[in-house]
Amino acid sequence: MSATQAIQSSNDFVIKFANVNGSGSASANELFARAIMRMGVPVAPRNIFPSNIQGMPTWYEMRVSGAGWLGRRGGCDLMVAMNPQTWDRDIAEIEPGGYLFYDSTKSLPRSRFREDITVLGIPLTEICNREYSDPRQRQLFKNIMYVGALTALLGMDFAVVEKLIADQYRGKDKLIGANVNALKLGYDHAQANLSCPIGLRVERSNGVGDQIFINGNDACGLGAVYGGATVAAWYPITPSTSVIESFGNYCRKYRTDPDNGMARYAIVQAEDELASIGMVIGAAWNGSRAFTATSGPGISLMQEFFGLAYFAEVPVVVFDVQRGGPSTGMPTRTQQSDLISCAYASHGDTKHVLLFPEDPYECFTLGAQAFDLAERLQTPVFVMLDLDIGMNDRLSRPFEWDDQRRYDRGKVMSAEQLDAGKTFGRYLDVDGDGIPWRTIPGTHPTKGAFFSRGTTRNAYAKYSEAGTDYIYNMERLRHKLETAKKLVPAPVVQRASQPSRFGAIYYGSTSPAMAEAFALLEAQGVHVDIMRVRGFPFADEVIEFIDEHDHVFVVEQNESGQLRMLLINEGEVDPKRLIRVLHYDGTPITAAFISGRIADALAKHKVTPIRKQVAS
Amino acid sequence: MTYLAKPKLLRADAPKNTLGYTRRDYEGAISTLCAGCGHDSISAAVVQACFDLDIEPHKVAKLSGIGCSSKTPDYFLGASHGFNTTHGRMPSVLTGAALANRDLIYMGVSGDGDSASIGIGQFAHAMRRGVNMTYIVENNGVYGLTKGQFSATADKGSKSKRGVVNNDTPIDLVALALQLGASYVARSFSGDKEQLIPLIKGALRHRGPAFIDVVSPCVTFNNHAGSTKSYDYVREHNDAVNRLDVILPRDQINTSYAPGELRRIVQHDGSILHLRKLDTDYDPSDRVGAMNHLQERHALGEIVTGLLYVDSSAEELHRHLNTVEKPLNQLGDAYLCPGSKALEALNAALR
Repeated sequence: MSATQAIQSSNDFVIKFANVNGSGSASANELFARAIMRMGVPVAPRNIFPSNIQGMPTWYEMRVSGAGWLGRRGGCDLMVAMNPQTWDRDIAEIEPGGYLFYDSTKSLPRSRFREDITVLGIPLTEICNREYSDPRQRQLFKNIMYVGALTALLGMDFAVVEKLIADQYRGKDKLIGANVNALKLGYDHAQANLSCPIGLRVERSNGVGDQIFINGNDACGLGAVYGGATVAAWYPITPSTSVIESFGNYCRKYRTDPDNGMARYAIVQAEDELASIGMVIGAAWNGSRAFTATSGPGISLMQEFFGLAYFAEVPVVVFDVQRGGPSTGMPTRTQQSDLISCAYASHGDTKHVLLFPEDPYECFTLGAQAFDLAERLQTPVFVMLDLDIGMNDRLSRPFEWDDQRRYDRGKVMSAEQLDAGKTFGRYLDVDGDGIPWRTIPGTHPTKGAFFSRGTTRNAYAKYSEAGTDYIYNMERLRHKLETAKKLVPAPVVQRASQPSRFGAIYYGSTSPAMAEAFALLEAQGVHVDIMRVRGFPFADEVIEFIDEHDHVFVVEQNESGQLRMLLINEGEVDPKRLIRVLHYDGTPITAAFISGRIADALAKHKVTPIRKQVAS
Repeated sequence: MTYLAKPKLLRADAPKNTLGYTRRDYEGAISTLCAGCGHDSISAAVVQACFDLDIEPHKVAKLSGIGCSSKTPDYFLGASHGFNTTHGRMPSVLTGAALANRDLIYMGVSGDGDSASIGIGQFAHAMRRGVNMTYIVENNGVYGLTKGQFSATADKGSKSKRGVVNNDTPIDLVALALQLGASYVARSFSGDKEQLIPLIKGALRHRGPAFIDVVSPCVTFNNHAGSTKSYDYVREHNDAVNRLDVILPRDQINTSYAPGELRRIVQHDGSILHLRKLDTDYDPSDRVGAMNHLQERHALGEIVTGLLYVDSSAEELHRHLNTVEKPLNQLGDAYLCPGSKALEALNAALR
């Protein structure tokens, strides 16, 4: 190594694993991330994977952050280069002074390395070929072996990883011994042949606390179980597929009748997204809580049905795990680019309720709440997460549930109410909130039946082309969406340490990067109030927050500034006051990007930091 | 017009069924279809079938797509909930509704454009999935509301009102339903209520996907010489394989038949299908035979009608999914929400 100093860092670095898709590396990498967390050190791992089953390159990026920053940092301090296909770009990505771990079975010319990094080679293939005869075992144990070697290199506690393996394979004791053996082979070889630990170290800490480690899609599936969903219809699409798989798994666990083994739920894999949303609408119309999970292309296909659900006022829930668009776009990369196509989905004048969870905790809570909101408002509700939250395991607050809570089924008229002579007009605003009463099919032999349709109708659900009936209905729907502003989750504000004329608005998966950017800016003496929007239509506080500031940065992960468009349109905000901060290359946004853009923009606005950084 | 209330005139001596309902209780709004439309005869047949079977109107959910045929659920069973959905997508909405409450009777009403053109995908998949429903296609071979374009069931060589010849191969929904797993498949003619009413009754009492293709002439756009869906053409080429009587468990059987003349099929609910054979060789339990027969007769320009296939032991979607007997839409919070204790245990497992 040349004059460049090797990076020295405890509990604050990025490791990136370069692997081949389908090689079994994912579970080994996850095991390693969990081991670090078992030592009390927060880790934010992210899978960067191709739209492919086997053979293409895949990366697992792991940010170790004792401070608990869970956003993507960018850069790479230690590259675990296990994929010859991507060797050159992987080597190039390592930070100066960083580390390279590789399989040194086959010697490589000096020109394939860099002078300014520390190279750590272990002949993994050679050891595997010596120890194992089965080709699949050779592959899988090679992965465990590098986990063992890294355990030594980062100065970690071997016993922690050993125990984790034991926990993971509980009941399959044969696998425990074999895995621990592979782990030890790697660990011992590193201890014997490399100087352990290197400059990057994991030291025991208490930064994890009672947090849980789960991905957003699993949390959505669980939220749907707790939210009382009984019908799910879906069509496979990356990155939303595992929402339904998770719902199915949790249903099998929690919704199987203990007496007869029968299912208190129904999941149907439809022939396409049109059919899946159609089934959800049918089930919801018939009084079940029902949902689908999809991504951008599915949202496009469902447009006509969203209009029907909006106009016929059917309470459906849609989990949209957003990916890069337009068209097929970047199926395995993250974006927040479906806001417009969901907020105003379908032809004619429509507006829909959107929720923006920031992490798995909110995927669960907002996922469950979405069913209450949909039934209260009798309209579609979209839970807008994205691939970054959906498919990556994330440290998250533990889930909570209040056993006193009862589902809000909204205004459903019962047979008793009908018999008592309560007026029933399916589209009649009797309560002044724009929300009419509905009946569930089969409720009463002679009262309360109505004919749902996508055509115009009067307040009693009779077909009508009269302009007055149409306007009554449209104004009531608009009023209903006004009511929604008070029911969607309120925004969350964090004030700068000093009063500021500048604000920033963000939502969803941008949250951890924004929190870190806020801290970075504060440290630089740049003060910006920040607001996390959690629902659409916007609560009044959102527009008030903009009004309070001269300029507001709108931080988003799409190309056109879709939340900004909504703010301008819905809040009648002067567009000049909303400054775009847009990141949309498919990778998750970083704190460095956000703070850099905001600092640059403020410099243009001639804002001098109140407290200048001390020159080093 | 449908927004005009139907006059509440009722004959004091109107016959009642065992529930005490008159036929009037099974009717709906006044039809807005053309005078003489075959679809109105089908609506009347549905009313009669439900009256005869003592079905409680509110235990039926009627769903449709878009088109003349899909308007008709407004014109029968006014005390039932109905859903006029989007074009070609009724099968999925019906499937979802059936998932939510397995105790209701689901009636899907569609047309040839709605089911064979824009909705052929959903038609096919609802059949394969085994949805418990009665699915009626009111088949006239044309788009009426948009003034007479051919639909996908129009026969090759048939002529439109303006003299245009259809060159496209027709889709036979009966053949598709047979191939895709419908367990009760029939064809009828809106002009033959003696045949149609029992076929609807048998379908309503069937468990599984029951499909009835009803050739229903469009008096305005497809009832001329050169059409193969006109009243005259269908009457001349109607090739019925059998005549159905639906016998409920409560009914006395008085008629006697010569040996070999009758086929008796008991459905899952105890209702009995009496099939009087018109074509002695026809076997309605032979799916492959039914498909062959259909093709052979179609090649001769004949329209095969009757109960073409039935499997009274067929299963339906809820059985496949092993859902609980109680309708899903009636399960209370306690049956659905695992509660905080389960969540704490789950949290612990995620650390």
